[in-house]
Amino acid sequence: MSIADDMMRTETVIALGGVDFIADVSGALFEPETRMLIVADCHFEKGSALTRRGHVLPPFDTRDTLIRLEALTRRFRPRAIVSLGDGFHDRAAALRLSDDDVARLSALGRVADLIWIAGNHDPEPVTNLPGTSVMELALGGIMLRHEPGGAGDYEIAGHLHPAAKIAGRGRALRRRCFVSDGRRCILPAFGAYTGGLNILDDAFTPYLTRETWRIHALGRDRLYGIAPALLLGD
Amino acid sequence: MTGPARDPKSPSMPKAADTLLPPAFRDWFAARGWEPRAHQLALLEAADRNASALLVAPTGAGKTLAGFLPSLTKLARKRNRRGLHTLYLSPLKALAVDIARNLEAPVREMNLPIRIETRTGDTSAHKKARQKTSPPDILLTTPEQLSLLLSHKDADEFFGTLDTIILDELHALVTSKRGDLLSLALSRLWALAPQARMVGLSATVREPETLARFLVPQDGVTPQAEIVTVKGGARPRIGIMETARALPLAGHTALAAMGEIYHAIEAHKLSLVFVNTRMQAEFVFQELWRINEQALPIGLHHGSLDASQRRKVEAAMSAGQLRAVVCTSTLDLGIDWGDVDCVINVGAPKGASRLMQRIGRANHRLDEPSKAILVPANRFEILECRAALDAVEEAAQDTPDPRIGALDVLAQHILGLACAAPFDADALFAEITHAQPYETLTRARFDAVLDFVATGGYALKNYDRFARIRQGADGRWRVSNPRMAQQYRMNIGTIIEATMLKVRLGRMVKGTDTLRGGRILGEVEDYFAETLAPGDTFIFAGEVLRFEGIATNEVIVTRSKPGTDPKIPSWAGGKFPLSTFLAARVRAMIAATAEWKKLPKQASDWLAMQQKKSLLPPRDKLLVETYPRGNRYYCVIYSFEGRLAHQTLGMLLTRRLERLRLKPLGFVCNDYALAIWGMSNLSTAIATGRLDLDALFARDMLGDDLEEWLDESALMKRTFRNCAIISGLTPRRFPGDEKTGRQMTISTDLIYDVLRRHQPDHILLQAAREDAATGLLDLKRLSDMLARVEGKILHKPLDRVSPLAISVMLEIGREAIYGEAADTILEEAEAALMDEALA
Repeated sequence: MSIADDMMRTETVIALGGVDFIADVSGALFEPETRMLIVADCHFEKGSALTRRGHVLPPFDTRDTLIRLEALTRRFRPRAIVSLGDGFHDRAAALRLSDDDVARLSALGRVADLIWIAGNHDPEPVTNLPGTSVMELALGGIMLRHEPGGAGDYEIAGHLHPAAKIAGRGRALRRRCFVSDGRRCILPAFGAYTGGLNILDDAFTPYLTRETWRIHALGRDRLYGIAPALLLGD
Repeated sequence: MTGPARDPKSPSMPKAADTLLPPAFRDWFAARGWEPRAHQLALLEAADRNASALLVAPTGAGKTLAGFLPSLTKLARKRNRRGLHTLYLSPLKALAVDIARNLEAPVREMNLPIRIETRTGDTSAHKKARQKTSPPDILLTTPEQLSLLLSHKDADEFFGTLDTIILDELHALVTSKRGDLLSLALSRLWALAPQARMVGLSATVREPETLARFLVPQDGVTPQAEIVTVKGGARPRIGIMETARALPLAGHTALAAMGEIYHAIEAHKLSLVFVNTRMQAEFVFQELWRINEQALPIGLHHGSLDASQRRKVEAAMSAGQLRAVVCTSTLDLGIDWGDVDCVINVGAPKGASRLMQRIGRANHRLDEPSKAILVPANRFEILECRAALDAVEEAAQDTPDPRIGALDVLAQHILGLACAAPFDADALFAEITHAQPYETLTRARFDAVLDFVATGGYALKNYDRFARIRQGADGRWRVSNPRMAQQYRMNIGTIIEATMLKVRLGRMVKGTDTLRGGRILGEVEDYFAETLAPGDTFIFAGEVLRFEGIATNEVIVTRSKPGTDPKIPSWAGGKFPLSTFLAARVRAMIAATAEWKKLPKQASDWLAMQQKKSLLPPRDKLLVETYPRGNRYYCVIYSFEGRLAHQTLGMLLTRRLERLRLKPLGFVCNDYALAIWGMSNLSTAIATGRLDLDALFARDMLGDDLEEWLDESALMKRTFRNCAIISGLTPRRFPGDEKTGRQMTISTDLIYDVLRRHQPDHILLQAAREDAATGLLDLKRLSDMLARVEGKILHKPLDRVSPLAISVMLEIGREAIYGEAADTILEEAEAALMDEALA
């Protein structure tokens, strides 16, 4: 499929290991065959984590992230919802969830299997919430894990919070993005309080082949394919 | 500070001086052939009665000495007193240091037992500690340092002995959040040292009574400060530069006038060339050196340059080694750097008071006329310069309205006080409302801010366990842990600089393609650095530099080859919008055809052409022109309200036109007018009644339309960011912090989005909206205008662009257009990908 065909579609498809994933404007990835919805780096309770350090941040980040996840669930009706690691900002984050947020997560757990892949922020299994904790997950020949660079031919990962920077009309613009090179796809961070790392940063170099990479930036209503030549560094 | 000038005509020292001035002082004056001036004696006399006073005087009147004389005479009389006697506050730390140096002279010459010290960010920790155990008699400092001192546990002891508080350049201090911070600090000082007398020093302002209210507690019982006014001084000699080359209709580079500016520099000993923005400073400096055939020593001074480079220029000025300095408002305020005999103001001055201040830099003596030359950069600016000049001749001033104290500053103040000592909320509320900017603060809002300082004031969650301040069993509030004091001290102040990146000159290591870091040239805002791609060239520190990249928070540049054309960054003309006062004058000048003879011919010809081809914007009506051009339709609105208000108006009008399906495509504006263009014929739409101009400009646009746009606006996010930092919601970022940034701090844009979705009435969002209304959006001015033009819109359909309209049309392409255009940029990037794929 050519890039031009790709762009004729209203939904953006990212192909990996023979599987067509739907990349959503929210930053989530959906696999229609198994009805699996994948989100990376939710960082639940990041706000309260930083608040403990003396800056009393608005505590609505978990709720905000969950409300967007609920909307995706209503739309895609997934059988499984996969948190691709760093679902929680720290080891104690799950214990700081408000009752309301726990109720939202439980409701999600009733309509879909929740799969918590371990990340560097949340390396230990989740105990007080529905769902299964795993180190990584295989989807056919594709490995789902938090940090990119593990074994296997194809991989879906998070961790790096990719963002693309471009300039136009006298200003620079930075947007979270999907980045994939046919072998690996790195998801943007989904959490309300998560930032982005420029995909030209050296951290991405070991994991992506720039000759073949495709960048899909999150716009207001849809994803936009970005010509690599237009990317700006920091 | 300047000593009083010699006045040979005056017969002898007035009687009053005998009783007011101790003999040592009389001798000191006499030894210099000086006499105390009337206003200096008036301030001594007020001090005798322990009355607070505001001295309003033009530059060069010996204002500072007048302010200090009562303290010096009192301190000279008193022996064996201990503790801080006089506190002096200045908006610039350089000014505080300069004044201290100048005070040393009389103290030394009269052999007075007075210790004078400064306290600024540069003062050593050792000296600061010593000042607290053994305070000087006179301390000169800045508002931020005062707030810091007030947050210390022994603040009551330190300030309890105060006799006099002097506020210098008060007119400049009160117009910003720094003024709010200062007013709150004063409210505390009034509680700690109720006996202290206030002295305000100000340049000429239109309404000194308003300014005087800032000076004393607005508690209903304290008498207002007495106002001492010094009239005039020698009238400045100001001219508008006539250029041989015709001025362009738009633009701010003043390229056409560069030769004349150079000649003016040649004809004087030392000229200050004032411009409105740093980028303009770079440009003018570059252009002057391009034509500097005599290699005159011309320097450059602006806020982005490295401090050591600025100090070098200042020293060279004082030493008389320079013939001219191109500078921004960094040299606006009262520091004497040398014997300036000519002030050249490039571009329109934007406000009559600012112009006066700048002119005052020349001949810093009251009795000699200052010489100044205004250099308009385009034809509209000719009118503006003329208006400013007339205003100066009438000594009319555009004093800004008094401020309503900002809530984020209040939050910062409350945390600072809690660091010093436990406080009672009722008493603190009363204390704070004594400060003029906060006199109308309601108890409900105060409580909301207090709640914010304590636990964030969020509706959702109980954050008590993270509380920063807590109410004890005695009902008083105290910090929950000692770390808060440290956090407060890191966060102090109201000046939020854009994050700055250092600019380092790199050199290629021979035979390789690696760069080695060289010296630091200065700093640029990170948003400017963000727009650069490697290989781009720009002017900085007087050179054309090539951007190589960013490494560990530094912008690495190399010198570009001689003759390289810089990719000049787009600067937004004057940073300051045209003041309402000058705008009214410009509008009046255009309408008064009989007065045109005062204008240069190229300006009056241009106006005459406008009168012939269209209409002149009348004084009391809003002129709206519509015309087709190419395959677009244009609408130009002559509102004269300044760039900020016009931007807001443009955003709101395009939204309305869009809703009416009149297909607007974009808009641009300058200080004088606004142009909107689109796909629909607006002349026809108005003629057929499909577009009702009265309805289009109806005041209700400031309701829902505004709210809707504001929520998404980048301006609003920027405003919120400042509030978040000042209020202590998020930490100030320091250079180096963002190195690993991903998880360290949360972008305030993200916080803003989350907060407004989940608690839209949060006190900090309210604070940000109020800031935006008076700041970047200039809503007050817009709403005043909409009220004024209601039912007074004058529509002129044309078949082509009018002479006046050309000036705003020329802005097209210089300015970002229509909205924030984010998705448009993405779309264009995608189109580039498509081209690549299909190629």
